[in-house]
Amino acid sequence: MNALLHQVLSGLASGGIYASVALALVMIYQATHLVNFAQGELAMFATYLAWTLIQAGVPYWGAFAITVACAFVAGVAIERIVVRPVENAPILAVVIVFIALLVIFNSLAGWIWTYTIKPFPSPFPSQPLFGNSYVSSHELGSMAITLAVLLLLFVFFRYTPLGLAMRAAAQNPESSRLVGIRVGWMLALGWGLAASIGAIAGMMVAPTVFLEPNMMGGILLYAFAGALLGGIDSPGGAVLGGFIVGVLENVVGAYVGTELKLTVALVIIVGVLVVRPSGLFGRVHVTRV
Amino acid sequence: MSAVPPVTTAPRVPVADAVAAPVPVEAAAAVQAAPAQPPRRLERRHLVAVVVLLALACALPFFIANYRIFQLTLALAYAIALLGLNMLTGYNGQISLGHGAFFAIGAYTAAILMDKADWPYWATIPVAGVVCLAAGFLFGLPALRLEGLYLAVATLALAYAMPQILKHKAIEHWTGGVQGIVIVKPDPPWGLPISQDQWLYFFVLAWLVVLFVVGWNLLRGRIGRAMVAIRDQPVAAKAMGIDTAMVKSATFGVSALYAGVAGALNAIAVQFVAPDSFQPFLSITLLVGIVIGGLASISGAFWGALFIQFVPNVADQLSKAAPWALYGVFLLAFMYAMPFGVAGFVQRVAARFRRSPRGPA
Repeated sequence: MNALLHQVLSGLASGGIYASVALALVMIYQATHLVNFAQGELAMFATYLAWTLIQAGVPYWGAFAITVACAFVAGVAIERIVVRPVENAPILAVVIVFIALLVIFNSLAGWIWTYTIKPFPSPFPSQPLFGNSYVSSHELGSMAITLAVLLLLFVFFRYTPLGLAMRAAAQNPESSRLVGIRVGWMLALGWGLAASIGAIAGMMVAPTVFLEPNMMGGILLYAFAGALLGGIDSPGGAVLGGFIVGVLENVVGAYVGTELKLTVALVIIVGVLVVRPSGLFGRVHVTRV
Repeated sequence: MSAVPPVTTAPRVPVADAVAAPVPVEAAAAVQAAPAQPPRRLERRHLVAVVVLLALACALPFFIANYRIFQLTLALAYAIALLGLNMLTGYNGQISLGHGAFFAIGAYTAAILMDKADWPYWATIPVAGVVCLAAGFLFGLPALRLEGLYLAVATLALAYAMPQILKHKAIEHWTGGVQGIVIVKPDPPWGLPISQDQWLYFFVLAWLVVLFVVGWNLLRGRIGRAMVAIRDQPVAAKAMGIDTAMVKSATFGVSALYAGVAGALNAIAVQFVAPDSFQPFLSITLLVGIVIGGLASISGAFWGALFIQFVPNVADQLSKAAPWALYGVFLLAFMYAMPFGVAGFVQRVAARFRRSPRGPA
């Protein structure tokens, strides 16, 4: 029983990471109805940036802030320069552009920082908090940060004019344009925010999986699974989905075998898409013929 | 009554019309700029070109080193996989980021049959194809409900899961786990005075010719038109009586069959299969191949195969990461500047040099 509890708790911790990446995916999906395959590699690249800063002697939280800011700028730049031209192109062209971004960031990271595995520091103490024996303080800390990010996003979208403008631009671009919202820039801001969230997720996951160019491959899949499970157009659902996938993945890994962890993601993705394509909390899409 | 055209053929005519009709301008961006029609009948000069190329391909292995022959053999196997992926993605518009998984299934089928059941190498190829046809058809059935992006996500998950599945303990007895399987290189039959590499080259070339003729016939006929119609106008295709579900999952199956045969040929040429040879990036390599070669084009498979076989060899000397950086840059450049790939580019250059406009097909 204790072992199961332990698995569930550390599942929740990794679920927090998946939830953050899923949230980033959902943000871009809501704004542009596209799924960003390069999300994980962007996060990985940002994490390398943080690692370089920390190696150069910048204190952890300073490096954290700089990385999040850089990721934001990079996200905006990518939307304006690379994604813009294919905005209205067929899906295949968009997917190919995202895959191109994925391999470019992956290989750039390998080129600059080599493929050797690097340890990444955790900002949290190495002793478990409150004398508990179930969950490490890094796991607790990263869960807390995930939830804090979620809360901040909620406040931003719900209570600020800019957040309202971004929601409007995503829901009804034409009307938004008529009332003076610069829709193109709102999309770019969405990309920036998603890249920042991804960067935070990368920095939170790096201490447990170690830093290397392919570290986000599996995580991106779990995030996809989480986002689809919760509903690709529902931020709250995506977060819950991320947590569920984290727990499932850990429990299956412990009791069935770690070799099947990625297969769990595959089964969840195909299962959800076939049985309930809109996810738990997503809107059902109706196509007009 | 005699003036009325026969009823049975009437519904078929609009399909051809719909396919031949120009694509609306706004939809014509990027990918749709690829040649929209299925291949037509071979004109005489095409036939001459094919025969000359085939003669060249047969003569080539007698003039180059064994190692180069081996590389060309791998490129030919890739070309088969690329044609399969192009049927699915280029012609039918279903995006697969997981064809490396079917490539792996084909390779493992051949290796296991040779290693555990002592089958001769040539007999494993059709079995690998049939196994992948079934696997692809089964994966294609749920995939029917997935459109565009979702299919891409699901197939990407398949690509990531495949190496892990191959390592699983329950099938370790068959697959050899992480170690993989080593197979024996076949000798040329009938006492032919050629090297093993030369024989394998001809063996793969023969399969390639058969599969390309079959694929070309499939794509230029009714089925090919149905596939393109589903890609461009799914609703209209359905309204005209195309069984879209059947065509889509059958396309998935046939496309997996091509990938599986390519995987089996690759395994026999390399004499080794292991889970780590089938990383998710293999699937992305195949996607790179069809984009560079030319979406919805048959000759594009060769350009793409040469690209993914030889460009990494050159770029490798620069850095381990360089091939992938190049792949990425090429993908972006082709999507923006040459969405019809090398094959489309060659076609346009040829059209410019040709004086007379193309006659009626």
